[in-house]
Amino acid sequence: MLLIPCPWCGQRDENEFRYGGQAGIAYPADPDALTDEEWADFLFMRDNPKGWWTERWYHVQGCRRWFDLERNTATNETRRTTPEGES
Amino acid sequence: MTSSRLPNGGSEIDRSKPLSFVFDDVEYPAFEGDTLASALLANAVNGGFRSPILGRPRGVMTSGTSEPNAFVEVSAPWFDPIVPATMAKAVDGLRSRSLPGVARLPESPPPERALGHHHAHLDVLVVGGGPAGIRAARRATEEGKRVLLVDEHHWAIRSQVGDVEVLTSAAVTGLYDDGFAVVHVREGGASRLCHVRAREIVLAPGAHERPIAFAGNDRPGVMLAGAAADYLDRFGVRPGERAVIFTTNDSSRAVAAALAAAGADIAAVLDVRDGAAVAETLGEDRVAGVRAADGRTLECDLLCVSGGWNPVIQLWRSVGGTVRYDATLACFLPDEGPPWLSVVGSAAGDGIEPSAAFWFVEGAEYSAHFVDLQRDQTVADVAGAVQRGLRNVEHVKRATYIGTAVDQGRTSGALAAGIVDHLLGTDRGAQGPSNPRPPWEPIPFRVLAGPYGGDLFDPVRTTPIHGWHIEHRAVFENVGQWKRPWYFPAEPGESLEDAVLRECAAARTGVAMMDASTLGKIEVVGADAAVFLDRMYTNAMSTLGVGRIRYGLMLGQDGMAFDDGVAMRLAEDGYLVTTTTGGAARVLDRFEEWLQTEWPDLRVYCTSVTEQWATIAVVGPLTREVLRAAGTDVDISNEAFPFMTWRDGHVAGLPARLARVSFSGELAVEVNVAGTDGLRAWKALFDAGASFGIMPYGTEAMHVLRAEKGFVIVGQDTDGTQTPDDLGMSWIVNTKKGDFIGRRSLHRRDTTRADRKHLVGLLPEEPGSLIAEGAQLVEAAEADAAPPVATIGHVTSSYRSAVLDRTFALALLTGGRSRVGETVVARSVTHDPIPATVTEPVFHDPEGTRRDG
Repeated sequence: MLLIPCPWCGQRDENEFRYGGQAGIAYPADPDALTDEEWADFLFMRDNPKGWWTERWYHVQGCRRWFDLERNTATNETRRTTPEGES
Repeated sequence: MTSSRLPNGGSEIDRSKPLSFVFDDVEYPAFEGDTLASALLANAVNGGFRSPILGRPRGVMTSGTSEPNAFVEVSAPWFDPIVPATMAKAVDGLRSRSLPGVARLPESPPPERALGHHHAHLDVLVVGGGPAGIRAARRATEEGKRVLLVDEHHWAIRSQVGDVEVLTSAAVTGLYDDGFAVVHVREGGASRLCHVRAREIVLAPGAHERPIAFAGNDRPGVMLAGAAADYLDRFGVRPGERAVIFTTNDSSRAVAAALAAAGADIAAVLDVRDGAAVAETLGEDRVAGVRAADGRTLECDLLCVSGGWNPVIQLWRSVGGTVRYDATLACFLPDEGPPWLSVVGSAAGDGIEPSAAFWFVEGAEYSAHFVDLQRDQTVADVAGAVQRGLRNVEHVKRATYIGTAVDQGRTSGALAAGIVDHLLGTDRGAQGPSNPRPPWEPIPFRVLAGPYGGDLFDPVRTTPIHGWHIEHRAVFENVGQWKRPWYFPAEPGESLEDAVLRECAAARTGVAMMDASTLGKIEVVGADAAVFLDRMYTNAMSTLGVGRIRYGLMLGQDGMAFDDGVAMRLAEDGYLVTTTTGGAARVLDRFEEWLQTEWPDLRVYCTSVTEQWATIAVVGPLTREVLRAAGTDVDISNEAFPFMTWRDGHVAGLPARLARVSFSGELAVEVNVAGTDGLRAWKALFDAGASFGIMPYGTEAMHVLRAEKGFVIVGQDTDGTQTPDDLGMSWIVNTKKGDFIGRRSLHRRDTTRADRKHLVGLLPEEPGSLIAEGAQLVEAAEADAAPPVATIGHVTSSYRSAVLDRTFALALLTGGRSRVGETVVARSVTHDPIPATVTEPVFHDPEGTRRDG
């Protein structure tokens, strides 16, 4: 069971969270401008890399905040994403 | 008599504490500290077990958790469905019986035991109480770390560990990411589960000795060499009088010496490195001798086997640790693993004797060369799987079930991998043993459940009016975690069918009331609340005037119905929206997700107020009379208080918010009061309605009443694949207000097909025939056709109607709206085919004349 660093609550057990899939999938500015295929791509198609990627988590049994987390899909190591404007 | 207790020795037993236990109806003496296996051997019980599939005689082969043969069920003084005799501590009065490797369910539930779950947060968890584990635990304790040492045996190691906290009879059943371990602790008759989170986990589980496959290698009297030494050293038991040693390595020398020192004859040491081997065992129900590969026959009653040692790497691998093959030791060693995990001692290869890589003895045939004794699988079975084209040990595992038994491949995994490599002609160690999966140690379900059974299984939610429902004989149904009255028998024994017809008739012709407090309620407040709700619902909520109510439907992004409810506009910047009873949490979650992740610029705040309000629906033509009798300061005339509006005021002296909404098509007023006033308001309305014949009604009557009006229940008439148009609800989709969740999906090629399934009504040709919910619809011509028959839809709701005086149903039917008037047939395993006419889904008052009274 992962130990997930919630940016608000600190490290908590995975079973306090809900998984939200790949992060950074922006809602299209104008969905009507998309073809059926492009819309389906937005709705359903996600990357599946081996290694580090960024995913969304929801601290549903805690602070109820969504946040992004980097996780290595091969080793399950996790690390906080760097918020914009920080380094 | 072959095996026996020696007059002296035994580090684990206390000869001053004799006890007795029963095994297969015979009573035996033992000492405190014995396992059932050591005690049986001490009493010259050398077989006594059977294999699960072939029924071959079997005996104790190991002295620990790798035991594949000697399983028992314990029935007293506690119940244990299956435990290896090598791991079961002998206690006075224990009753046990042999099992063929497969447990049986008890005829009656075992007596309750005090079972608990607890959590431990540690710096270091050490798994295994051998020398390496004890060293690691002591070192970490000296460094001031919080340490726990767990060992699966009951052996007394406390005296050796100093200040370290120790749990014995504690098996790690699973290891998970980031230092999480599940530990099953047996304490006499009680078991508990310990959830451990440790910054660092040190694995010191040791090594398991590997058997060798040869003809008759499963016969009682064949024992792993290290186990024979264990029985001598720990329990003072000599497992045989005349032994043959069959080995690939030097670890067995000490075993031979110890057996000789204990008075046993060593008939021969057959070392494969000298070209020697055992070709087969001789004897009937136990070993009487062996035939060596050179043709010699050697008499013996004990055959000690060592095929080398496998470091216990299963927990290491279960969290992604890799392994490498060590050709000198002929075993797999831990290689790369997660940073919080380390391995010490013989599990890391320390002190393991170099071994020949030798898996099986060549023979004319291999049907008695056992690889996995608990699955009765042989070298011939492995060869058969490879011959059928399975080249990966994981596939061979699934074809043969090798490694899937209680012992999780402890003795068979590496052996099977070696044999597969050999048969394929690939390098030794080309494939690691198959992956073990938790539980690494068997664990009873009741220990996993712990105290969380019965009333503690799941929270039960009840409304403030629940006690009244019980007093009035309500029969309840579960809706999510809620207990809701299903129906109210007028007298004990009234059937559901009769009660529902009666309750429905009251709502349609007089007055009835129901507890609707379980409906989800969310306050959506903030300057951008209207903009936000416009994006969440298919219709416009921003145009709703303060004081008014609008029905709303929410879709998934895929355009399919997700939840529905009504929105009340409380103020320019505030709404109260309701959800389905089961959907409240997921609707709030979805609101918060979109607000946080997509539109953080919107100033909107969502608050669940489901339990802050009690909601009482008063339904029927006499609704206003009941409210007036109860006393209200709200002008409830239709002109002052029209349909789909709300008013604040009082009912029966209690502050109340009245809402003109109707889920039945009848005149109805929802009386919302503070949750703490719910019971008082309910009683006042019930008393006020007495002279009008008011009846409480439950969810079943509610379902019938709404179905008569063709109102869908999201989740009953929908299954996540219905668009608003499929449900005949295009009217609720506002395409002019801008984008909303799911909008784009409504004009995909697939969602605009004409032959999608549509919500329709069904009237069985025989008005008394009730179609089963879930029944499949077929063309009339296929009413009695033999399967397979093409289905063209299914029934989602089906009831007897009081107002229609007949049965009716709702269904999803392919191209249904163009088939109104046609006949289809409902087929179900529960009834004969029922022909029914396709209708519009609204059966009662399609003009909507009744809602205003």
